[in-house]
Amino acid sequence: MIQNLLFDLFSFILLGSAAMVVTSRNPVHAVLFLILAFINAAALFLLAGAEFLAMVLVIVYVGAVAVLFLFAVMMLDVNFAVLREGFQRYAPIGALVALILFVELALFVTGSAIAPGAAAARLFPTPDNITNSQALGSLIYTNYLVLFQLSGIILLVAMIGAIVLTHRDRKRAKRQNLDIQHARLPSETLTMVSAKLGAGAAMPQPEKETL
Amino acid sequence: MSVLLQTNLGIAVLTLLESLAIIVPLLLGVAYLTWFERKVMGAIQLRKGPNVVGPFGLWQPFADAIKMLFKETIFPAGADKVLFTIAPMITFGLAVVAWAVIPVNDHWAVANINVGILYLFAISSLGVYGIIIAGWASNSKYAFLGALRSTAQMVSYEVSMGFVIVTVLICVGSLNLNDIVLAQRHIWFAIPLLPLFVIFFISGLAETNRAPFDLAEGETEIVAGFFVEYSAMTFALFFLGEYANMILISAMTTTLFLGGWLSPIPFAPFTLIPGVFWFLLKILVCLFVFVWVRATLPRFRYDQIMSLGWKVFLPISLVWLVLTAGFLEIFGMLPHA
Repeated sequence: MIQNLLFDLFSFILLGSAAMVVTSRNPVHAVLFLILAFINAAALFLLAGAEFLAMVLVIVYVGAVAVLFLFAVMMLDVNFAVLREGFQRYAPIGALVALILFVELALFVTGSAIAPGAAAARLFPTPDNITNSQALGSLIYTNYLVLFQLSGIILLVAMIGAIVLTHRDRKRAKRQNLDIQHARLPSETLTMVSAKLGAGAAMPQPEKETL
Repeated sequence: MSVLLQTNLGIAVLTLLESLAIIVPLLLGVAYLTWFERKVMGAIQLRKGPNVVGPFGLWQPFADAIKMLFKETIFPAGADKVLFTIAPMITFGLAVVAWAVIPVNDHWAVANINVGILYLFAISSLGVYGIIIAGWASNSKYAFLGALRSTAQMVSYEVSMGFVIVTVLICVGSLNLNDIVLAQRHIWFAIPLLPLFVIFFISGLAETNRAPFDLAEGETEIVAGFFVEYSAMTFALFFLGEYANMILISAMTTTLFLGGWLSPIPFAPFTLIPGVFWFLLKILVCLFVFVWVRATLPRFRYDQIMSLGWKVFLPISLVWLVLTAGFLEIFGMLPHA
């Protein structure tokens, strides 16, 4: 009974905040509602008994990805009113995509309800005696090792791509190099200049600017 | 009685009582941690610390709390009022919520869940929201700068913290905090995993925005960082949240590396003392180090914080993870739960 009530509660908040993501006028509020939606999705995972997935969703999406997203939205100062200008033009395409998605989801949902044996025919049924993080681990690192590693490599390539696109080698930038600083000796950097009375001292000019 | 406890209502009431049994001592601990910090820092800096209100200044936390309660909460012009009010609640609420899974004695946790350590990690990674929302909602440059600094810092140090936790998990073979403590019966993980223990503790300092990583506050450059605009109870909640987070990180360090509630001296007269005592003692030692570090070290420069996190801690924890896994595999010591 309590489980059903909790399911209703979390899915209600999830749908509500998802609607707020697309309707709220302030982009920062929209991102915050998105985060609320993520958290409620994690709560639904918990109710379904997938505690590992729930925690990973919170750690990865809420704790890291959404933070950077929020960061970017706050810095960019996006104006939603300007973004909405093209609404009339893109509305038919959007509606088409939504329709296709809806039909697919409807087919999927009704299909699984029609075939009650689907749960029993699963490739790897949920084991009873071990926790689901152990079950997941023993599948990922044995049967699906290659796929798992491949997905890691894809992420790595994406990361390198982002770095290559944004990295500029600024030759003139002043960068601190600790090794060079530690290797410097007083004899290389200090010169004693004797100052004549009334004339002051003329400093020898450095040959080039060193950092 | 036991039949009564099996009903839904019984379980709800029992959980409520258990939660109170952990929240009330926690709040008292937070109040007296402020007193403890001021006393210890006073002693280190050859001052007396609070000594006027009550014997040894013991009523000082309550005097401060009453003062805060009677002050006015000021909303800055152009501030987002709802988010401005929610931010301190998030910070403080998360610091309290995390305690649900911490075992203070054998099987003494409000929720002894299978993914306990992941839950703790998730909650501590959410802590950044209180700060970033506060910084944005204040509509102030200083607050926003503080929030940005803190966000970048917390996200960076979480990475190495995650690797340290994974290494501990490899040695235990379970994500359950109770199992993690019991796996340290023979030797605390602080000894074989000493470098990781140090990295975890320093990352903990960075996660809680404590000195020498308190750039989010940085009173010399950005006044007080993300809580410049906060006053009265909203400020007090941030303040208490910081201290509650300190206690939480100390409890995590204790559980992961210092053997939790286990007695440090494993024979008769010492093992008879209840585990709660040892647990509190270890937390107190960690908290003392927190205060000691704050009173001793100057603040880091921002780029140095980033290079320490990404170029020193991350490689060390990553290599140590691979070494540990390899060592356990070669010598057949991998735990099979």
